[in-house]
Amino acid sequence: MHNLRAVYSIWLRDLIRYRRDKYRLISSLAQPALFLFVFGNGLARGLAIDVQRTGGGQESYVSFIFPGIIGMTLLFTSVFTAVSIVWDREFGFLKEVMVAPISRWSIAVGKALGGSTVALIQGVIVLLLAPFLGLKLSFLTLIALIPLMYLISISLTSMGIVIAVKMETMEGFQMVLNFLVMPLFVLSGAMFPLSSLPPWLSVLTRVNPLSYGVDALRGLMLGPSLAEFPLGFDVMLLSIFAVIMMFFAVFLFNRT
Amino acid sequence: MIEVRDIYKTYGDIEAVRGVDFTVHAGEIFGFLGPNGAGKTTTINILCTLIKPTSGSASLAGYNVVDDAEKVRSSIGIVFQDPSLDERLTAHENLEFHGMIYGVPKVDRRGRISNVLKMVELWDRRDDIVKTFSGGMKRRLEIARGLMHNPRVLFLDEPTLGLDPQTRNRIWEYIRDLRQRENITIFLTTHYMDEAENCDRIAIIDNGKIISLDTPAKLKSMVGGDVITLSTSDNKVAIEEIKKSHSIEALEQDSKIVLEVPDGEGFLAKLVHSISVSIDSISLRRPTLDDVFLKLTGRTMREETMGPLDSFKAQVRMRR
Repeated sequence: MHNLRAVYSIWLRDLIRYRRDKYRLISSLAQPALFLFVFGNGLARGLAIDVQRTGGGQESYVSFIFPGIIGMTLLFTSVFTAVSIVWDREFGFLKEVMVAPISRWSIAVGKALGGSTVALIQGVIVLLLAPFLGLKLSFLTLIALIPLMYLISISLTSMGIVIAVKMETMEGFQMVLNFLVMPLFVLSGAMFPLSSLPPWLSVLTRVNPLSYGVDALRGLMLGPSLAEFPLGFDVMLLSIFAVIMMFFAVFLFNRT
Repeated sequence: MIEVRDIYKTYGDIEAVRGVDFTVHAGEIFGFLGPNGAGKTTTINILCTLIKPTSGSASLAGYNVVDDAEKVRSSIGIVFQDPSLDERLTAHENLEFHGMIYGVPKVDRRGRISNVLKMVELWDRRDDIVKTFSGGMKRRLEIARGLMHNPRVLFLDEPTLGLDPQTRNRIWEYIRDLRQRENITIFLTTHYMDEAENCDRIAIIDNGKIISLDTPAKLKSMVGGDVITLSTSDNKVAIEEIKKSHSIEALEQDSKIVLEVPDGEGFLAKLVHSISVSIDSISLRRPTLDDVFLKLTGRTMREETMGPLDSFKAQVRMRR
């Protein structure tokens, strides 16, 4: 009971910090907007790209990348919120939490829930751009998107925590950005279909958990004919990944 | 209240704590005095369950710090050497968070928060973001936070490091007031000698060992009388002459000669006559803990207390 309240406090703290950070809100919208309008319009028009549906028919490039941009938002927010643990360590706040009479697992779980909730909010904000791109989403689709986005967020936040616990300094952050976050995004199928890639690249996209997240988002938003895998398969893989990462995060927190 | 038995802590080849052994009684203000790197913070971290001792045992309020870590944690409040507030939250939110993770029931939380905030005179600033606070205000807020959950022992690790003398005095007023109002045990570390004199008992720690433990008065009586400090045109000659005519061992410290005598006032005239080189200045004072440390270790604490890194850290603390 007491540990559940600790989980709640740590979750609440991340939300308060998020609400207070106006720049984060603005920049969280600016980046997806930039991607959508520059790539979705500029690039697509310049090169006349459209995406073939498997069963025939076409989808505009901008709607094709829209689920990918939501995936990107979830990825960036999740990892950045999780990595704020390193800031907490640098600023001493982590000590305050570590000497509290609570179990270490509640710190990891609270942080994972906090980061993923913030990521979900960011994702929903980007989702609100859908009508401006001419994308019509039914109410049921919107309802189904929320838990899916949360599942993607919590798996990525847990992954971020695993990294943050092992990361000693803030300098490592650039490394994480260059060698983890960017590759995960680029190789997730957010910007291009993964179906006709050379085999070596295919392997990388297959081991990327975000690929399944983007695939599931795309299937839900644009219809199964644009998804590579069935929704159930994507959700299953994401859940397994989330559980493994969560387990690792708790394990590492218990040891420190 | 705190029992520490023969604690060792080694990091690889480095022995941070080498057999520390002491008892702190309930309701006492107990001080750990020593230069940086003496093992003060390591000992505190062991007592706060943040690190495990390599060997030896310690208990706090009857709970073993290794086996009953969670019970120990709920019995203590800690003010760390480095700041540990969430600067993006308000003062009130920091305390609310603390109350929640320490399991202070919701009905009591509001009252406790207003009590401790009023005590450290931050009630008017309760809804301000901590980032806007001065170094002294943050320190006071941390003390308030450490008291939120009615701890039996309050740990203060260098509570006034980097603060101006006025703020230091204020913080000491709170600490003394606190002990009077609540029956709380206070364990603090410091390397300010004048600050240590506020303690009921002091353990002087050097190189990971306690070299002396007693009340400030008794410690000072070890020095044996009064302290005379003088500077001359040639200190070496003067030290020789003092030794020859009074058989007193004088030490040179910061280009001044320091010596102890039982009756300072009567001795001054004799001293002046026995020195042939010219005397630039001379002073007589009661012994301080500085003199005790000098006597015990042959070194002064001040030489090593404020290295460049510390003053930098102190500056950073003031700014944050």
